[in-house]
Amino acid sequence: MKLTVSGKFLSTAACVMLALSAPALSVAGDTIKFGIAGPHSGDLASYGLPSAAAAKLVIDKVNANGGINGKKIEILKEDDVCKPEIATNTATKLVSSGVEVVLGHICSGATIAAMPIYKDAGILVMSPSATSDELTYSGRYPNFFRTIAPNAMQSPAMVDFAINKLGLKKIAIIHDKGDYGKPLAEGAKTYVEKNGKGQVVLFEGITPGAMDYSAIVQKIKESGAEVVIFGGYHPEASKIVSIMNKKRLKTKFVSDDGVKDDTFIKVAGEDAEGVYAAGPQDNSANPLALKAKEEHKAAFNSDPGAFYEGAYAATMTMLNAIEKAGSTKLEDLKKVLQSEKVDTPVGSINFDSKGDAIGVGFSMYVVEKGKYVVAK
Amino acid sequence: MDYFIELLFSGLTRGSIYALIALGYTMVYGIIGLINFAHGEIYMIGAFTAFIVATVLSIYGFPLVAIVIIAGVAAVVWSSSYGYTIEKIAYKPLRYAPRLSPLISAIGMSIFLQNYILLAQTSDFLPFPRLIPDFPFMEPIAHIVGSTDLVILVTTFVVMVVLTFIIKFTLIGKAMRATSQDRAMATLVGINVNRVISATFIIGSGLAAIGGLLIASHIGQINFYIGFLAGIKAFTAAVLGGIGSIPGAVLGSLILGLTESFATGYVSSDYEDVFAFSLLVLILIFKPSGLLGKAKNEKV
Repeated sequence: MKLTVSGKFLSTAACVMLALSAPALSVAGDTIKFGIAGPHSGDLASYGLPSAAAAKLVIDKVNANGGINGKKIEILKEDDVCKPEIATNTATKLVSSGVEVVLGHICSGATIAAMPIYKDAGILVMSPSATSDELTYSGRYPNFFRTIAPNAMQSPAMVDFAINKLGLKKIAIIHDKGDYGKPLAEGAKTYVEKNGKGQVVLFEGITPGAMDYSAIVQKIKESGAEVVIFGGYHPEASKIVSIMNKKRLKTKFVSDDGVKDDTFIKVAGEDAEGVYAAGPQDNSANPLALKAKEEHKAAFNSDPGAFYEGAYAATMTMLNAIEKAGSTKLEDLKKVLQSEKVDTPVGSINFDSKGDAIGVGFSMYVVEKGKYVVAK
Repeated sequence: MDYFIELLFSGLTRGSIYALIALGYTMVYGIIGLINFAHGEIYMIGAFTAFIVATVLSIYGFPLVAIVIIAGVAAVVWSSSYGYTIEKIAYKPLRYAPRLSPLISAIGMSIFLQNYILLAQTSDFLPFPRLIPDFPFMEPIAHIVGSTDLVILVTTFVVMVVLTFIIKFTLIGKAMRATSQDRAMATLVGINVNRVISATFIIGSGLAAIGGLLIASHIGQINFYIGFLAGIKAFTAAVLGGIGSIPGAVLGSLILGLTESFATGYVSSDYEDVFAFSLLVLILIFKPSGLLGKAKNEKV
């Protein structure tokens, strides 16, 4: 009896030893394996290919200078077509071919599906584009980092803008009762109440697709709100702003990324003028972003696509972490990522304990003469 | 008090919007006892026709009044021909079939038309031109009732009066009433029942097209899906007022619009639909045939 137990114990111990030694073994190889996961084919390929291009440009530069700590970096690319069910295969493939860090995945759904596999293998993953709150706020994925701001950060961005920049204190918060708009509106409400500088005078959900929003607009007026914060998409937003104008309401309208869409301006027409919306951070003034863009032009003779800057930044920070830590163990990498700032195209960033980049956020845009421009 | 009046007019506008569509439901039901689920799509097609015509005309620099009239006429003609054709294709062959068959046929027609517009036009939201200008004399009360609201209110009222007149006093109206009361008897006294039914579909579809033009220019956007949501609410309103009755459709629509508006204003817009449908259930419990619905043999 005792013998068998100890036999089992021994074999378990051997397995643990083997598992622990596996990453160490791969470090002992003569290249650093850098995984890239995302949609590289299919209809969402335009979201994934720019990231792969960014990683390649950064890595080629590093390799040309002799690599990191004497080792060259090897790229392993896997396609997940943005589908959760395929992303798990992608992740398994990358893990079994011994990648040490992964840039990706691109879509939130695919990333969430793939994360447990990387987590079990203790591999650092950094996404340039997955914005789902769950990835960092749930605390379930300690090996996940990202160079894009999570959805939830839009709420504070909208509220801060309304209170600090526009100087408006009485806030009406309206949402479309949907999965995207409602959490944003609730986030904004909690933030206003916690922050104490403003006051929520109205908090309501509207029925999306309704034919007329004049009653809710009258209610906004009656509430004495100086600014409306709207969580939802552009069809409702454009109906509301057009009725607000018809009712001669001068209340400002601040909304989210779902409204920062050119269709909103097209549909709302003149009523869109002066509407504020949150959108991904504007990096156009960052010299590193300009340089990264030039590199892309030189290499591919075209302008970079979506999430290029974020992927560029993610590759830079990950390589920097490997270099400074002198290993690819998750704990060592995390320490460097969290403590050391790196100058990247999305700003000088390090990461908080959840895995979100500090200093990456949302910018506020305003519609001026039929175009979204950065609000000052 | 101001707030109350503002909400009152919001409700009236919303109710009139529902009424323009509900009238078509109620007319068709009155004549052949069919709920024409494709009616919402006729409204949507009217809006698209008006959109296309108005866009083309404004490129050629027509004055606004001419655009409204031509786009309106085009929408009415186009939608009516759709209504006529739908009846011939999807309902007439099923006239003596069990009642469920034309109902399913209607749902199928509705889905077909939605997808047809989706493929033939676009899935995007399109900006609908503002066909009704801001009248200067409305400016002092623009914060309560706007120019488009006024046009919608007046149109609904006029349409209801004209429709009642047609049904009470014209030959085709008399034929409609006769058909509704007893189709076999109407045939025996020499009424061409098929022609009466076609006329009903044409009139109902024309009304939906006028609704499409006015409502789309009120909310400023259209897409292929607007007919579905509009249809559901208008159908509810028609049932509330007593399906088959023309004043009932208008009354039901106004009550529905006002309930939604006051529920939003004094309670919360989160519960707007809850109030509207609770009211529907309550009314139907006490008056199963709706507010103005009467015994079965007196429809329209």
